[in-house]
Amino acid sequence: MIDLVDDPDQAVSGIADGATVLVGGFGAAGMPYALLDALLRQGASDLTVVNNNAGNGTTGIAALLAAGRVRKVICSFPRQHDSYVFDELYRAGKVELEVVPQGNLAERIRAAGAGIGGFFTPTGYGTPLAEGKESREIDGRHYVLEYPIKSDVALVAAHRADRSGNLVYRKTARNFGPIMAAAADLTVVQVARVVDTGDLDPEAVVTPGIYVDRVVVAEPALEELPA
Amino acid sequence: MNVRTPTIERADRAPLSRDELAALVAGDIPRGSYVNLGIGQPTKVSDHLDPDAGVTLHTENGMLGMGPYASGDEIDRDLVNAGKIPVTELPGASYFHHADSFAMMRGGHLDFCVLGAYQVSVGGDLANWHTGAPDAVPAVGGAMDLATGARSVLVMMSLFAKDGTAKLVPECTYPLTGLGCVSRVYTEYAVFEIGQPGVAVRETYGCTVDDLRDWLPIELTHPRRP
Repeated sequence: MIDLVDDPDQAVSGIADGATVLVGGFGAAGMPYALLDALLRQGASDLTVVNNNAGNGTTGIAALLAAGRVRKVICSFPRQHDSYVFDELYRAGKVELEVVPQGNLAERIRAAGAGIGGFFTPTGYGTPLAEGKESREIDGRHYVLEYPIKSDVALVAAHRADRSGNLVYRKTARNFGPIMAAAADLTVVQVARVVDTGDLDPEAVVTPGIYVDRVVVAEPALEELPA
Repeated sequence: MNVRTPTIERADRAPLSRDELAALVAGDIPRGSYVNLGIGQPTKVSDHLDPDAGVTLHTENGMLGMGPYASGDEIDRDLVNAGKIPVTELPGASYFHHADSFAMMRGGHLDFCVLGAYQVSVGGDLANWHTGAPDAVPAVGGAMDLATGARSVLVMMSLFAKDGTAKLVPECTYPLTGLGCVSRVYTEYAVFEIGQPGVAVRETYGCTVDDLRDWLPIELTHPRRP
């Protein structure tokens, strides 16, 4: 069963210092801003944050970075036109960075949720991002061994949840949500609305409730979103 | 994918403009293809794709059937392309999560991707993600996945870097994105087919093959004119 909690602060309670936190979203699409704001208030530090990027502007992941809560970022593309918070910390040696090809990042998260101990991927073979990693030739093609990204918490934004925790998403806001929800020990979801169990078409459910632990209704504050 | 047909030399015209280059790439994409256009210059190709050609655009953040940029009331925070620019959806579009998006790429289902490049080697190695500068923040995104996964990798780039050095090289000196993955290179001066063996010139714009031979530090497979 899921916990349907009253506010984002309850939703992120108990997240420990040193936690690895998967953060859904690609740009503003699917970014769980209310949960990130709550995590900032909650105060957990020494975090490892996993997202496609390393924060935009001064909100969300960038706010956690600016407050010194993040020890390490695992992402595919930290460099954005408005990633100045991360850029400055990185250049000052105040945050660690692990750059992962985007598809390998997604597959490593998927593998964690799917109970896969590791996988051989062709992406990155022969490049600096495969240095030091085991590789193997399989059927005439070269592959690199990649491991799952194990995590403590996933913070995900979805469109609708039902009271059983089933989720549907909207358009490209789906992005990392389904694989992150499956990958973490504790999956916390912010949604625009919760409907009664039975009100979501079972054929249309993208993330089954088995992957979801806490749900909170939080409409993203549009005026706070980066342009 | 080496061409055996004679090179078309168009020395008596200007090199291609960026729009002409994008139109040329668009014209080479066959009807019915599934295509990913990289961020930057390759995005321009979509302006020149005939809406009736049945080309389906993939965006790696989880969509097939991407339409043109959104404007005005069409703008939807939940519908963006890989560059996080608001876009539209076309009839027949579908959405999927990130792991599926890259699985369809890695699994060889995507016919073409079009990427920019810092360097391409005669063996088809691609360098387009990192200049190797010590103060640069490294960022790869989906470049390595696209280079490795798409069935054909087309590169659009200027033939020369800002410092005047050629970007078509014997061996890449910038950090690699993928090995032996590029099949064709579109530049303002010429279209190059990367094949086995060597690099062939399909056509030139504002120069001759012999000009290219003088400018580039690589061998071309065409015989020198008598």
